[in-house]
Amino acid sequence: MIDDLEMRRSVEELRLTFKSGKTRSGDWRKAQLRAILRLIQENEDTLFRLLQSELGKHPVESYRDEIGVVKKSADHALTYIDQWMSPKKGRLPLVFFPASRKVLSEPLGLVLIIGSWNFPISLILDPLIGAISAGNTVVLKPSELAPNCASFLANILPSYLDPKAIKVIEGGIDVSNQLLQYKWDKIFFTGSTKAGKIVMAAAAMNLTPVTLELGGKCPVIFDCLPNSDLKVAAKRVASGKWGGCAGQACIGVDYVIVEQKFASTLIEQLKKTIKIFYGDDVKNLKNFSKIINKGHFDRLRSYLEDPAVANSIVYGGSFDDTSLIIEPTILLDPPLDAAIMNEEIFGPLLPVITMDKIEESIEFINSKPKPLALYAFTKNENFKKRILAETSSGSVTFNDTMVQFVCDDLPFGGVGQSGFGRYHGKYSFDTFSHEKAVLERSFYLELEPRHPPWSTFKLEFLRSAYDYNYVRMLLLLLGLKRPSNP
Amino acid sequence: MATIVDGFEGELKELREVFNSGKTREASWRRSQLQGILSLFKERESDIMEALNQDLGKHNVEAYRDEIGIVIKSANYALGNLKKWMSSKRAKLPLASFPSSAKLVPEPLGVVLIISSWNFPFGLSFEPTIGAIAAGNAVILKPSELAPTCSSVLANTIRDYLDNSAIKVVEGGHHVGEYLLRHKFDKIFFTGGARVGEIVMTAAAKFLTPVTLELGGKCPALVDFISSSWDKKIAIKRIIWGKYGVCGGQACIGIDYILTQKKFAPTLVELLQKYIKKSFGDNPMYSHSMTRIINKKHFTRLKGLLEEPGVKSSIVYGGKSDEENLFIEPTILVDPPLDSSIMTEEIFGPLLPIITVERIEDSVEFIRARPKPLAIYGFTSNEKLQKKMISETSSGSITFNDSIVQYAVDTLPFGGVGGSGFGRYHGKYSFENFSHQKAVMMRGYLIDFGFRYPPWNNKKLQLLKSGLRYDYITLVFVKLGLKGKA
Repeated sequence: MIDDLEMRRSVEELRLTFKSGKTRSGDWRKAQLRAILRLIQENEDTLFRLLQSELGKHPVESYRDEIGVVKKSADHALTYIDQWMSPKKGRLPLVFFPASRKVLSEPLGLVLIIGSWNFPISLILDPLIGAISAGNTVVLKPSELAPNCASFLANILPSYLDPKAIKVIEGGIDVSNQLLQYKWDKIFFTGSTKAGKIVMAAAAMNLTPVTLELGGKCPVIFDCLPNSDLKVAAKRVASGKWGGCAGQACIGVDYVIVEQKFASTLIEQLKKTIKIFYGDDVKNLKNFSKIINKGHFDRLRSYLEDPAVANSIVYGGSFDDTSLIIEPTILLDPPLDAAIMNEEIFGPLLPVITMDKIEESIEFINSKPKPLALYAFTKNENFKKRILAETSSGSVTFNDTMVQFVCDDLPFGGVGQSGFGRYHGKYSFDTFSHEKAVLERSFYLELEPRHPPWSTFKLEFLRSAYDYNYVRMLLLLLGLKRPSNP
Repeated sequence: MATIVDGFEGELKELREVFNSGKTREASWRRSQLQGILSLFKERESDIMEALNQDLGKHNVEAYRDEIGIVIKSANYALGNLKKWMSSKRAKLPLASFPSSAKLVPEPLGVVLIISSWNFPFGLSFEPTIGAIAAGNAVILKPSELAPTCSSVLANTIRDYLDNSAIKVVEGGHHVGEYLLRHKFDKIFFTGGARVGEIVMTAAAKFLTPVTLELGGKCPALVDFISSSWDKKIAIKRIIWGKYGVCGGQACIGIDYILTQKKFAPTLVELLQKYIKKSFGDNPMYSHSMTRIINKKHFTRLKGLLEEPGVKSSIVYGGKSDEENLFIEPTILVDPPLDSSIMTEEIFGPLLPIITVERIEDSVEFIRARPKPLAIYGFTSNEKLQKKMISETSSGSITFNDSIVQYAVDTLPFGGVGGSGFGRYHGKYSFENFSHQKAVMMRGYLIDFGFRYPPWNNKKLQLLKSGLRYDYITLVFVKLGLKGKA
C-alpha cells in the first residue's frame, strides 16, 4: 500500500515547480524534449529487450510502433514548438477600434497521464511530449500490467528529465484510484471504456478536464478488389489485425465485413499472408506478440467456448498456455449475438462477417458504438463518400490500416464510446494547453450608447452596431439620421 | 422523488431518428434554422424584451445590447461562415506516405443537450444552440426555471420558428434537469454554477458524454493609477458597466472585485460614486437602468454577505436594499476581511469590494493565489504590468481597459479554465464545440513499403528508422544496398 502522504508530498512538489514558472520557458521545454530523444537513443537495446520479454514484441515491431513513433513526435515538437508557443494575433471588427486581440496558449498546470499496457512506452511518452511542449508538470502512471516497462520508466526518467517537474508513479488499481482523488489540471487517459468512466467520474469531483482515448470494435469493410490489389490489401489487413501487439491495439482491426461471394478469396489470401508473416506452428510463431497475461488469455479463449463460435473457425484456433500465445485465427460468420461480436476482441481472433451486398456494412457498423478507427478497402468513389457521410468514427482510413497513427498533422482521438479529446502533433500541444483570449482596448474612443441612461437613440445605435452597419452608425452619431422607432 | 417528464423518452427517440435520417446534416436545413432564429428575434423582439423585464427588470435597451443584438450578430456570423466551417480541410502528410492524401471532415455529434442559465436566458440559450445547429446536430434545450416567463417565451417562439422535430425545449426545475441527465446524449453544454457543473459531469461520465462547462468565478479588475481625466472617466464608466450595468452584477464575466493601490483607492471610490449617480440617478431602483436580483433566495444571500462581521463596517457607499422589489443599490466596500464570504464566494450581485494593496504589482500575486476565473480585467496602460498579468495569471480571458466586451468578439474563444470550467464557444469555436473532426486518410496500392511487414530483418529495421525520421536519402541508399547496417 503506497503511503498516501508520501505520494501527496511528491505531487505537491510538482505544483511548486509549476508555480515557480520554470516549465514555461521555451528553453526548459526544448531541453526536456531533447532529453527524451537521448533517452530513446541511448536505451534502444534495453527497450527492445524489455518489450520482447514483456510482450513478445520483435525489435522491428517495437521500433515501428513505439520507439520510432516517440522519436518522430519529439522531433516534430522540437521543430514546431516555437510556432505553437507564439501568440496568434487577429483582426477585430471596426466597431471595437481601437483594440487588438490575440490568443495565447498557456499550460494548464499539473497533469496526470495514465498509460496502457499494450504500447507501454509510446502511450506514456507520446502524451508526455505534448504535456511538456505545453509547459506543464507531469505525473506519469504507467500500466502495472507491463510492470518491467513501468519500472524501467520509473528508474530511467529521473536521469534524463527534470525530476522536480516530471515524476513516474508505479502501482496498480489502488494507486490509480488514489491518484484520481487528487486535484489535477488535466487527466489524459488511455485504456478501456470501463476504466474511462471511472476516470471521468473521479475528474468530475474537481471539474478536471479529461481526454479519454478508448477503443472499440474497429471494422474493416472489404470491397471486392482486383487481384493486383488483393495481395497488398490482405497484407495491410493482416498487419492491422495481427501485426500490432497481436491484435491488442485500440486501432487494430477487430473484424472484417466482406461480400459473401468474395469471402473465400479474401480468407485464402489472408491465410497465405499469415504463413509468410508468422509461420504456422503455434509453438514457433515468428514476429508475433503474446497475450499480456493469463486473464486476457482466458478471456480470449472463452470467446471460442461457444460451440457455434468454435464451429465457425476456418483457420488457426490453437492456444499455447505456457507462452500465452494464441495463433492468428480466422472465423467465418460467428453468431452476431456472441460475445466475440459484441465486445472489443483485443486479440488475434478475426471474425469475417459476410453480407449479400457490401453496402449493407454501413448499417451494420452503425448498429454498434462508434469505433476509434474505421477501415475500408475499396476503390468505389461513391461508396467511399457514403462511408464518410453515413458512419462516424475517430478516423477513417481507405485502403490501409493503422498508418493514420503516424501522421502528425492528423488528430488522433475517438468519438462516442471510443472517447473524446485528441492528440498527436500540434493537437498534443493543444490538449495540454489553455488558449487564453487577450483583448487590449484603449481609452481614446468611447461608444456612449453602451451605457445608460437609456434612450431610443441608443437602441438604434446598438442595432446598427450589431449589424456592423457603420454607415448607419456614423449617420446616427452625426445626427444626420433620426432614430426611427417610436 | 423521481420525476418523469411526460413523453420525454418518445421525444428523445424522435430526435435520434430525425438525426439518423440525415436531415440536420444538410446545409440547407442548418441555414433555414439559423434564418429561423433571426426571424424569431426580429419578429418577437417585444415579447422577448417584455419577458426579460418581467423576470429580471431588464430595460429594453440592455436586453438588446446584452442578448438580442448578440444573438442576431452570432446567427449572421454563422450564416456567413457556414460553408467554410462545413468544408473539409486538407491535412499535410509526409512524403514517405506518398501517394496518399488526408483531410479533416467535420461531422455532427448527434443529439446534444444544452442547459442554460437565468441571467441571460435568451443569450445563453441561443448562442450555444446556434453552434449546435451550425454543426448539424439535433438539440434539446433546458432553460432555467428561475426565469419562468423567459423560459416560456423561449419554448413558444422556438416552437413557432424552428424545426420541432429536431429542436425541442424541455422546461422545468432541477428535478427535470436531473431526469434529463439520466439519458444518453452525444454532448452536454452547461452554463451555470460549479456545484451543478459537477453533477452534470458526473452524470455524463456514465455515458462517456463529452461536456463543456461554462462556469464562473471571482473575476477581478486590477485598477492602476490613472492620471488623465479623460482616461479616468472612460475607465470608471467601463468599470461601472462591468460591475453594475450588466444584469446588476449577476454575470459570469462581470467584475467581482477590484484591486487597487492604497494611494489611489480614495480617488477611485470618489469617481465611482460620482459616476454611479450619473448613470443610475439618486434612486437607482427607479432608474430602470439596473436589473433587480433574480429571486428571494439570491437576494437573501447577497444581504447575508453584507451582514458578516467586519463586512458591514467596510461599506463606503450604498448598502440599502428593498426586499419587496428584490433590489439592492450599487454598493462599494473597501477592504472587507479577506476570509469573509464576500471575498471567498462568487458575489453575483451589485456589491463591489475594493481591496487595496501597497504596490499595484502585488495584485498579481493576490489573483494567482485564488482559483482561475473566467475573466481578468486590467485597467492600466503600463505595458510591463500588462505583460506581467498576461504571463503570471491564468483565466479564461484577459481584457485590458474595458470589461465584458470580449464576449461580443466572434473571433475570440469564450470559455474558462480550472475552476471556471473547460471547453469554449463563440464564432467558429461554437461550431467546433459541437462537431467531431474526423481524420480521413486515403491510401492507394501503387506503392507498398515491404519494410512495414514481417518477417523482420535488420535491413527492414534500417528502412523503418529512416522512414520514420523522414530521412529519404538514407531510405533510398539502404534500399539500393548502398548503406549497410549501422
